[in-house]
Amino acid sequence: MSESLTCKVLIVGGGPGGYVAAIRAGQLGLDTILVEADRLGGTCLIRGCIPSKALIHAASTYASIADEHTARMGIMAGESWIDMAQTVRWKDSVVDKLNSGVTALLKRARVRIVDGWATFQDGKTCTVETAAGPVSITAEHVILANGSVPVELPFLPFGETVISSTEALCLTEVPKRLVVVGAGYIGLELGSAFRKLGAHVTVVEATETILPLFDHELAAPVARWLKEQGVAVHLGARAKGLDLEHGETHLIAEDQAGDILRLPADKVLVTVGRRPNTQGWGLEQMAVDMVGPFVKVDDRCATSMKNVWAIGDLVGEPMLEHKAAAQGDMVAEIIAGQNRRFDPVAIAAVCFTEPEIVSAGHSPREAQALGIDVLTGVFPYAANGRARSMEAADDGGFVRILARKDDHRLIGLQAVGGHVSELSAEFALALEMGARLEDIAGTIHVHPTLSEAVHEAALRALGHAIHI
Amino acid sequence: MGQFVFKLPDVGEGTAEAEIVAWHVKVGDLIEEDAPLVDVMTDKATVEMTTPVTGKVVALHGALGDMAPVGSPLAVIETEGEGDSPATPPPALRATSPIKGEEDVKAKPNKSLLPLHGGGVGEADGGGLPAARKASEPVPRISDAKPLASPVVRRRAQDLGIQLQFVPGTGPAGRISLEDLEAYVETPATPIAKGKAARDGVDDIRVIGLRRKIAEKMQDAKRRIPHFAYIEEIDVTEVESLRVHLNAGRRADQPKLTFLPFLVRALVNLLPRYPQINARFDDDAGVVHRHAAVHVGIATQTPGGLIVPVVRHAEALDIWDCAREIARVAAAARESKAAADELKGSTITVTSLGPLGGVATTPVINHPEVAIIGPNKIIDRPVVRDGQIVVRKMMNLSSSFDHRVVDGYDAAAFIQEIKRMLEHPATLFMDPA
Repeated sequence: MSESLTCKVLIVGGGPGGYVAAIRAGQLGLDTILVEADRLGGTCLIRGCIPSKALIHAASTYASIADEHTARMGIMAGESWIDMAQTVRWKDSVVDKLNSGVTALLKRARVRIVDGWATFQDGKTCTVETAAGPVSITAEHVILANGSVPVELPFLPFGETVISSTEALCLTEVPKRLVVVGAGYIGLELGSAFRKLGAHVTVVEATETILPLFDHELAAPVARWLKEQGVAVHLGARAKGLDLEHGETHLIAEDQAGDILRLPADKVLVTVGRRPNTQGWGLEQMAVDMVGPFVKVDDRCATSMKNVWAIGDLVGEPMLEHKAAAQGDMVAEIIAGQNRRFDPVAIAAVCFTEPEIVSAGHSPREAQALGIDVLTGVFPYAANGRARSMEAADDGGFVRILARKDDHRLIGLQAVGGHVSELSAEFALALEMGARLEDIAGTIHVHPTLSEAVHEAALRALGHAIHI
Repeated sequence: MGQFVFKLPDVGEGTAEAEIVAWHVKVGDLIEEDAPLVDVMTDKATVEMTTPVTGKVVALHGALGDMAPVGSPLAVIETEGEGDSPATPPPALRATSPIKGEEDVKAKPNKSLLPLHGGGVGEADGGGLPAARKASEPVPRISDAKPLASPVVRRRAQDLGIQLQFVPGTGPAGRISLEDLEAYVETPATPIAKGKAARDGVDDIRVIGLRRKIAEKMQDAKRRIPHFAYIEEIDVTEVESLRVHLNAGRRADQPKLTFLPFLVRALVNLLPRYPQINARFDDDAGVVHRHAAVHVGIATQTPGGLIVPVVRHAEALDIWDCAREIARVAAAARESKAAADELKGSTITVTSLGPLGGVATTPVINHPEVAIIGPNKIIDRPVVRDGQIVVRKMMNLSSSFDHRVVDGYDAAAFIQEIKRMLEHPATLFMDPA
């Protein structure tokens, strides 16, 4: 006879959507159980955002020891090398610290945690295979937060040579030659990091552009950096498979002209996107409606089945941590009886390439497609003191601000440049608060910071920038 | 220069809101009187609205597809003359019903109307609104833009069930402040302008437990039994009079009599002569079991759904015991206390909705029985008696029979005898001849 538990709220998936929902539900006094088969923290914390940013930071630190900027500052380093195994241990310690922090927060919110893989029998009942045997859980409300998994290409199955982002974050040796398939933000973030760690990196992308999430102007400085670093980017080229003959591994790709590319590779990193994790846990038993590959939800994250909720990557783009967390928080409050709707003005996105990109709200092209007349203000980091003092002024970076022509309301803010990811907070806040150009222009921005460029971009859109 | 606020007029009988389906103007357009302004769709028709004034469009409210409540401001038009909404609303201006006001507008474009926001009503109301609002001017919003409001304001609107699209904002670019929202909610003169949130979602109720049982039984009965219904009207004036008389003189230990015991009395008296009706048809075996006993099923509405508890051997009960037993089994069923054998074995079923009985019903037979008797509502009706129109208490009796084993002739004869007996209630209590 298996153990059986009942609760008010059952949350499946301990990623940023699920654990935030659990903590909030606990805070609101709801009897809550969180089920996670792996470690608490999910893709983001365990094998995504956090470890990749740790690796990127380590790579940048290593690269800076001997790069041209450092030399320009008069810093001369002797011979340097990297102990990748130690780097990965350090990265793991960062992850461990956050993981135990999440566990402590859940305990403090009195959330019961069940370790194991949950399989649903129906909308409100699942069985979890735990180390101590099967546990059956029945709940009044179910929050599905199962997340997403990397997309595997059928002709490049994951294995020893072909790896996903998960394995790339655990490599204890820097591959000599790394081929990245897919030039989205995950591929370029990791590809750039491995380039800084000394790998020879080649990128194969089937479409005509890198970083499809961002527009051409924002992606251009990244393309420039890749070129300067000798990273060959093959656009319009389709990966075909591996050639293992002659004792050497090659990735075979076909370019636009139909010519075959043979790219020598010690590792092939496939980052062609992520898909919602909808298989292997009984979703089909629950008979909830789907929309494409995603679980269909309304603006309260309610599925087609009463009291079954779904959040995060499972319910659609953008597949971002902060969206999942916001939805988790909201659903917990709805279950507790509050009136909530998921109605953000903008969900900002950042990309930790070299240089960094941040975008919130509409791009110029989106505004045009929507038929909105816009005022645009662009301010280059070449004219920003703080950027110059950090050797971050010459990478082509800029801040761009878009506002409606009629009432000057901001509709989009973007930036590319060193360290600009932190601007995302001002961008998102300005959009959520419904700021106008005059609001940004009327806010005194601290000197010397990168945020001054936001101020100047607003002034420029109003026609009176100072420093350009 | 003045401003005219075009509000959605009452576009049809009982219409509370209409969907905006087409804008014929955009902000900045100069429009002539009677030019098309906006198309709105109700559940009845699409209506083209024209502007009653000439001027320049300075604001449009509501995007395509939005539901606009009747009386909500749809457009603000800057006019040459005074307009209806002066730049600073006169403090004493009292908003009237927006719907009624609309009619006036068409006749007299310059008549003062409700200003775009509730600020103008402040002083007349005794200063219920913040002082700053009285001087502030509503700032037109751009039609196709989302309402401009910070997260805390949006959250509050969700709590209140209000669509911000229709809340006038006083901030720059029409930004809605928390004060704007509260003022909108509290403004008594514009209750109709409250945005109604559309309800979405479908509750999926699994058909389980008693409901599944009921569904299966009903389906089975309808699939197996070729029902035929027979409805006759009965003059129950006499039997009702007897019932009232008996109730008036009943002893403390006697139950209150309803109509049902009298009907059961008629059934038990007559069924021995119609054995084919007091029967259970085992149609799989091809055998009709005609019962000597009359076990009457009493169709009972319970919180979980329909249950039919059984009054056993009704033929052996006097009218008081029958009434007591009907009340007891029905209460037991409602409280889920009925014993298993109190819920089975009926040979005929009575289904009465009491005051909800309606004019006629087509009851579903409680398989494997072959008949179900359903008294309808008792009502005073004018009827002809001896060439005179008189008021009598009339009741229809709606019954269904299993036509495989009960012929229409026999069923009709049976019901006619029930009618005769109930119309001469003394015969209910005489020994059968």
